[in-house]
Amino acid sequence: MATTPVLPKLVGQRIKRREDPRLIQGKATYVDDIKIAGMQHLAFKRSDVAHGRITKIDVGVAQAMEGVEAVYTGAQIAAFVPPMPIGTPFPSPPHHAVATDTVRYAGEAVAVVVARDRYVARDAADAIVVSYERLPAVVDLEQAMTGKPTVIHQDFPNNLAVPLVPGGTGVGADSSVDDTAITKAFAGAEVVISQRMMNQRLAPSAIEPRGVVAHFEPGKGAMTIWSSTQNPHILRTMIAAMNGLGQDQVRAIAPEVGGGFGAKINIYGEEYVAAALSKQLGIPIKWIEDRSEAFVATTHGRDILAYVDLAAKRDGTVLGLKLRLIADVGAYNMLLTAAIPTLTMLMANACYRIPAIRVTVTEVFTNKTPTDAYRGAGRPEATYFIERAMDMLARELKMDPADVRRKNFIQPDQFPFATPMGAVYDSGDYEKAMDLALKNAKWTELKAERDAAKAKGRLVGLGLATYVEVCGLGPSSSLPTGGWEHSGVTIERDGRISATTGASPHGQGNETTFGQMLADQFGVPLEHVTILHGDTGVVKQGIGTFGSRSQAVGGTALHLAGGKVKAKMAKFAAALLEASEDDIVFENGRVFVKGAPASGKSFAEVAAYAYVPVPLPPGLEPGLSDEAFFEPANNTYPFGCHISMIEIDRETGEPTLLKLVAVDDAGNLINPLIVEGQIHGGLAQGIGQAMIEEVVYNSDGQMITGSFMDYAIPRATDFPRFELDSTVTPTPVNPLGAKGVGEAGTLGSTPCIVAAAVDALSEFGVTHIDMMLRPEKLWRIIQGGRS
Amino acid sequence: MAQVSITVNGKVRKADVEPRLLLAHFLREELLLTGTHIGCDTSQCGACTVLVDGRSAKSCTIFAVQADGSTITTIEGLARDGQLHALQQGFWEEHGLQCGYCTPGMIMSAVNLLNDNPAPTEQQIREGISGNFCRCTGYQHIVNAVQNAAGKR
Ligand code: FES
Ligand code: FES
Repeated sequence: MATTPVLPKLVGQRIKRREDPRLIQGKATYVDDIKIAGMQHLAFKRSDVAHGRITKIDVGVAQAMEGVEAVYTGAQIAAFVPPMPIGTPFPSPPHHAVATDTVRYAGEAVAVVVARDRYVARDAADAIVVSYERLPAVVDLEQAMTGKPTVIHQDFPNNLAVPLVPGGTGVGADSSVDDTAITKAFAGAEVVISQRMMNQRLAPSAIEPRGVVAHFEPGKGAMTIWSSTQNPHILRTMIAAMNGLGQDQVRAIAPEVGGGFGAKINIYGEEYVAAALSKQLGIPIKWIEDRSEAFVATTHGRDILAYVDLAAKRDGTVLGLKLRLIADVGAYNMLLTAAIPTLTMLMANACYRIPAIRVTVTEVFTNKTPTDAYRGAGRPEATYFIERAMDMLARELKMDPADVRRKNFIQPDQFPFATPMGAVYDSGDYEKAMDLALKNAKWTELKAERDAAKAKGRLVGLGLATYVEVCGLGPSSSLPTGGWEHSGVTIERDGRISATTGASPHGQGNETTFGQMLADQFGVPLEHVTILHGDTGVVKQGIGTFGSRSQAVGGTALHLAGGKVKAKMAKFAAALLEASEDDIVFENGRVFVKGAPASGKSFAEVAAYAYVPVPLPPGLEPGLSDEAFFEPANNTYPFGCHISMIEIDRETGEPTLLKLVAVDDAGNLINPLIVEGQIHGGLAQGIGQAMIEEVVYNSDGQMITGSFMDYAIPRATDFPRFELDSTVTPTPVNPLGAKGVGEAGTLGSTPCIVAAAVDALSEFGVTHIDMMLRPEKLWRIIQGGRS
Repeated sequence: MAQVSITVNGKVRKADVEPRLLLAHFLREELLLTGTHIGCDTSQCGACTVLVDGRSAKSCTIFAVQADGSTITTIEGLARDGQLHALQQGFWEEHGLQCGYCTPGMIMSAVNLLNDNPAPTEQQIREGISGNFCRCTGYQHIVNAVQNAAGKR
């Protein structure tokens, strides 16, 4: 007798992505692929000075060009585009989408052209002549804090965007400060590590630049806006508010999005201008960012200076930590700019039991592109500073870097663990992850290998770093947008499933992972499930994809919505099968009474009945569709350990990454293949920061790394094969036990590589090297050591 | 305006173009073959890679008029008779893509690589795709994808 094949359980399996067929055939639709009849193109004239007063804008030639629809100066735009809102509670200077009288960074928009095609629009923008009265450029962070060489925003003396926020042990909710504990910790110290460390400025560099198509339909009084964004619902909220429209009158769509990395969370001036001009002119408007523009006009990441002091006993026990953080936020506050350094503060406790911690955060304006979230957003910075200090402590005490950590780890039985920074770590076993990494790296043999190489005169070094990060962002008290996620699940009349998620992906593979979850929940084939996202006209509510929250928050919302529908479907099935709903089983495409699969109905039959319910079971409405909001009570705290080996060429100073071993614990995993991809990508960006990436400005405030020729995006040849593994410590914060994994790779890799470089160069007496590991910098250390 | 005649994915396409029109824009805007992407303006990223007379080329670095008379294959022309190309299959099986933006260019570069060297080592694969940036994957699964495709030939 033929048996029906049983559907496999999909959650936890390495399932090929359902997104891929369109992407590998060039059939996906990114924003630049959208064309609408009558659409015109937008181009921005950008400032070529870092700081200056606009004295004259001559648009005559541009305006007269064949194919030019309209030209606007910043002042003209300001008449219908109000200053841009931000999403943090700090006071903030006015920020116009297009500068009205003063430019504050090179690349700031000063005028706008609408034209027939993008070539004409660019020609016309180039033909606009702007005269400036130049002002001194504020470039150096610490000099900026003294108000020198000038003050950028008049109401922000000494360029202080956020003057000083204290946190940690002895700091009250009212910011009152009691130094007793921290003073005692340092007074009792047998060793104190003190180091100034710079976590340099980075360009997020999604390979798809930003872009927007805005289509206001005057007849309907409604706006549709497509944008390469991580969060269409936030875009809708902001576009509506800025254009005097209701949120019901704006439909925001994130089509296929070519990477975000935090830089596509922000809602940008270009989006506001495109929307407002579409409304003004009554035509569809498209703007696509050039890469050269992206370097100056898309937010940067990191750029935070730390003065770190770590107090310890000679046996490696940490007694106290002082962290003075000064962030260079660039010229303006964007949506989340001011909040990013506070995440560094929040995570200052790292993986350790530290009796006393004092952190202060100061944020400073400079004449540079504004910063905002970049993969990891505040947490890699914290990890970097503390792990560097721990590494220096190990070196000072001649201890193995793993042993110093072991001595101070928060223990598994101490969770939930409330840190002095206000975080409550959900669950963890830091030692287990580190031990697995040590085992996989063959740490003892690796050390012998390093020593043998060093004995031969090679500059080989090992580095280790552990991390804990804060993910699954919510609850609403921690996010101005709301800290929940939304999902809707509908069983269609034919038994197929449509589901929506507010977690709008841009490479994370939610169509696959969320499909796996629903297929298992309902016992149906994956092919029968469609996950819809990215369109506020289809997805009722949502927050978006950032802070490694899709799975932990969005996935849970999906799970809850599915559960509601399933409960109702069980009631219909119970009526149909004349059984109790508690005994109904969903399996293998069938719905049946426990123990009697043969007498059940197909999933589609039950669905059909729910839509034509004759008779309608008492107390039930027809149909199978429901939704859920999920707001977690707490964040999740994934963790892990990364180990690296690098070699530095004694003659040229060029570093080569020889080995990278990563153990990451993201709780329960839905699709390990996709998780590995996420970690690989994070590692690549973390390694990129350690080794080759840096945005550099000259003293005039000109970015001198404004193209891929000068800003080094890692290539395939920059990496060895990464060696991944995981431990699984589920979180109690959500029913899936999933913690989130999107940013993990950027956390441990960066400090472990710098540690390896320091180790490689230890014979020269070096204890810390600021990133990036430019060969010239390393060569000088080698030369200095020789002389 | 200049007249060009270019064979794209097996079809002869004639058009009047501005001499300064980039091949990438010709493919995307005139022929609506939007699978070829643009990721930079300095010929670094490789998102725009296509095959010109069988060799991989960055289509943002060539004017449409320079491609006059040539034969071009874009990502849309890679699958034959509804059968995915071995590299498309490999990228799918090995999770060689995330956001997918670099993918068409990456695949076209890899086609060229495997044409030149049907059994590349890992290092040769990494070098072969080093003119293509991917910001999402860290390249490891892309290397696996190319190995997967090479193994099937
Ligand atoms: S678009 Fe970047 S190389 Fe062609
Ligand atoms: S998959 Fe996103 S850039 Fe390669």
